[in-house]
Amino acid sequence: MAAKTEKKTNSKSIVPNELGCTTSTKDSIVQVRNLRKHYEVNKALSFFGKDIIGKTDLLKAVDNVSFDVPKGKTFGLVGESGCGKTTTGKLILQLENPTAGEIYFQGEDVALMSKAGLVEYRKSVQAVFQDPWASLNPRMRVRDIVGEPLQIATTMTKEQIAKRVGDLLEEVGLNEYQSNFYPHEFSGGQRQRIGIARALALNPKLIILDEPVSALDVSIRAQIMNLLVDLQNEHDLAYVLIAHNLATVRYMCHRTAVMYLGVIQEMGDTETVFNNPQHIYTNALMSAALPSHPDIDRDELVLPGEVVSPINPPSGDVFQTRTPLKVDAKHEYANNRPPLVQVGKKDHWVVETPWSIATKEMKVNLAGI
Amino acid sequence: MTTKSKKSATKKTSKRSSKTSRVADFGRKTVRDEVVLSVKDLKTQFSTKWGTVKAVDGISFDLKKGETLGIVGESGSGKSVTSLSLMRLVPSPPGEIVSGEVNLNGRDLLKLSEKDMTEVRGGEISLILQDPMTALNPCFSIEDQVGEGIRIHQGVKGKSLFDKVVDALKSVRIPAADQRAKDYPHQLSGGMRQRVVGAIGISSNPSVIIADEPTTSLDVTIQGAYLRLLKQIQEETGVGIIFITHDFGIVAKMCDRVAVMYAGRIVESADVRTIFNNPLHEYTKALIESVPKLEQKTGRLTQIEGQPPALWDLPEGDSFAPRSTLKFSEKDAKIRPELVEVSKNHFVQLSKSSVKDFKKYAHLVDY
Repeated sequence: MAAKTEKKTNSKSIVPNELGCTTSTKDSIVQVRNLRKHYEVNKALSFFGKDIIGKTDLLKAVDNVSFDVPKGKTFGLVGESGCGKTTTGKLILQLENPTAGEIYFQGEDVALMSKAGLVEYRKSVQAVFQDPWASLNPRMRVRDIVGEPLQIATTMTKEQIAKRVGDLLEEVGLNEYQSNFYPHEFSGGQRQRIGIARALALNPKLIILDEPVSALDVSIRAQIMNLLVDLQNEHDLAYVLIAHNLATVRYMCHRTAVMYLGVIQEMGDTETVFNNPQHIYTNALMSAALPSHPDIDRDELVLPGEVVSPINPPSGDVFQTRTPLKVDAKHEYANNRPPLVQVGKKDHWVVETPWSIATKEMKVNLAGI
Repeated sequence: MTTKSKKSATKKTSKRSSKTSRVADFGRKTVRDEVVLSVKDLKTQFSTKWGTVKAVDGISFDLKKGETLGIVGESGSGKSVTSLSLMRLVPSPPGEIVSGEVNLNGRDLLKLSEKDMTEVRGGEISLILQDPMTALNPCFSIEDQVGEGIRIHQGVKGKSLFDKVVDALKSVRIPAADQRAKDYPHQLSGGMRQRVVGAIGISSNPSVIIADEPTTSLDVTIQGAYLRLLKQIQEETGVGIIFITHDFGIVAKMCDRVAVMYAGRIVESADVRTIFNNPLHEYTKALIESVPKLEQKTGRLTQIEGQPPALWDLPEGDSFAPRSTLKFSEKDAKIRPELVEVSKNHFVQLSKSSVKDFKKYAHLVDY
């Protein structure tokens, strides 16, 4: 099977190049190209394809997003709620079908995969969810929760599965005897460990982590984050980390993309982006983040208005309705989407329009002094 | 902050165009030397099938006018039960406030009759809850819910009641307040809903607001705006705020003084800079170090091993000992540690098992 996939990969390694996507197909696990997910809301009453009463609105949850997830590395998606980061995760997991765009798994387009190929894909891409109270079935024992993927996707016998479940629990820091317990007998951190064990069961290559620590106590967060980092090093796992906490992203991620209204605004090597954020939105997010010491007194950059609804966003730059700078309505990018532009010669990309780059006064001073 | 950096901050602000508003007024001093709330040896217990749960086990603290006190701890450390005890909202049975004093403006709340307490609750002392989705009733308009407290505590009706509601909504910076008052909770965004909950909290000019993790469900930017709002209200009214949280970032940004709780007791309390610069208890240290920093690349995080103890089965003596990384004998861990003032206004629960510099302060205790 593995050899067959390899062959296929070679025959169609024609993943189109996109701005900001710098990892080669060989080094990436998943490559996302021009991905869109639009939902129809407030549907119009139509007759033979013509709208008669009202008009259909489009909620553009994800709008033309491209990025690479490198092998064995963590790719972070940050943004406020409603920016499309979770939808992007769902699209990679094939829980939603994209409106347009492609997802390439090791060079192979997921949409064109055969049934057997899709089974392989689903085995290789797993997920850990935010709420450890809602993501485990309260009526199943831990051994069934963790063993379920093994029962479905492998031909292992009952004894083999029981052994593997025991090993997995040990690996995430639980005890083998706990496999007979029900989820309610565990604390939040332990439940999240069970969720991680379930995701690991099929030896995946990529795990989508959707806010894996935000529902946990601060002291438990460190345990889970360290566990995730250890597992990554041990199994050469790639992660897509979806989070709104910037400090978590800086700690976990190798590359980071900042999303706003379904569009990536800034992307690049995590340290490069955090040390020199270019986009006003990135600066605003960082300035609002909580300090780690009382002496750090950051000036907060407050954007005018509230987060705009993703229903019928502006056809040009999505950020134009929130920028504190003056928008020239006749400018090309007021009506057309601006592309990502490279900053310097580094792995650092940003949407550059006359109103989206932070001026010197707006630049966040993380140290705050 | 030094004068030099202050100067540069003002310079920065003046340079900015009117549309870009930066706010640099955090940390302005509002604390006054007048104690509004004084809690002494408060104990709250629950009788359960596993035995007596000592959720709050003898805690004491003072809150001054215009001061923000942070109560920090993991879930199950008793911080929320503390807030419920102050409001006398502990469900009884199974809960019971066993002993202690809660003096608010000179009156012991624990000795008041239920009728008098109803007047204090939401009047002199009010509570802002964690989740704005559940704290508001979806069946009533914003006007009804904000007006309820004002009607009960100030006895106003009709047009003047509506005016007071609009004033309360304006004070939490809700735009078009007179129109928003007619709305229902589902018509507002999360940040706006949390502001409404705040408006209910401050509508009766309380002397103490207890904020129980009010921003955990909010986005970063909305959280920033809400915390700023609380600070502004504090500056205007001089209200004392008790912030219940597990996030040291909020403590760093908001609080003047911090009390760290573990297993129902305060293990360390001091002003916020002392807590960050010179923490003595291992638990405080670990809590601060276990958070990744935004300001720089963080190395591997310190993690606190194990789980918080079950409150019905607390280890004898120092309850943090089983999770402590220090070296100590079993005998040392068996001693029940006391909260001692090690330097001015810096209190630590001194024990060999969880204070590294115990020797330095050994003369303060007789064990």
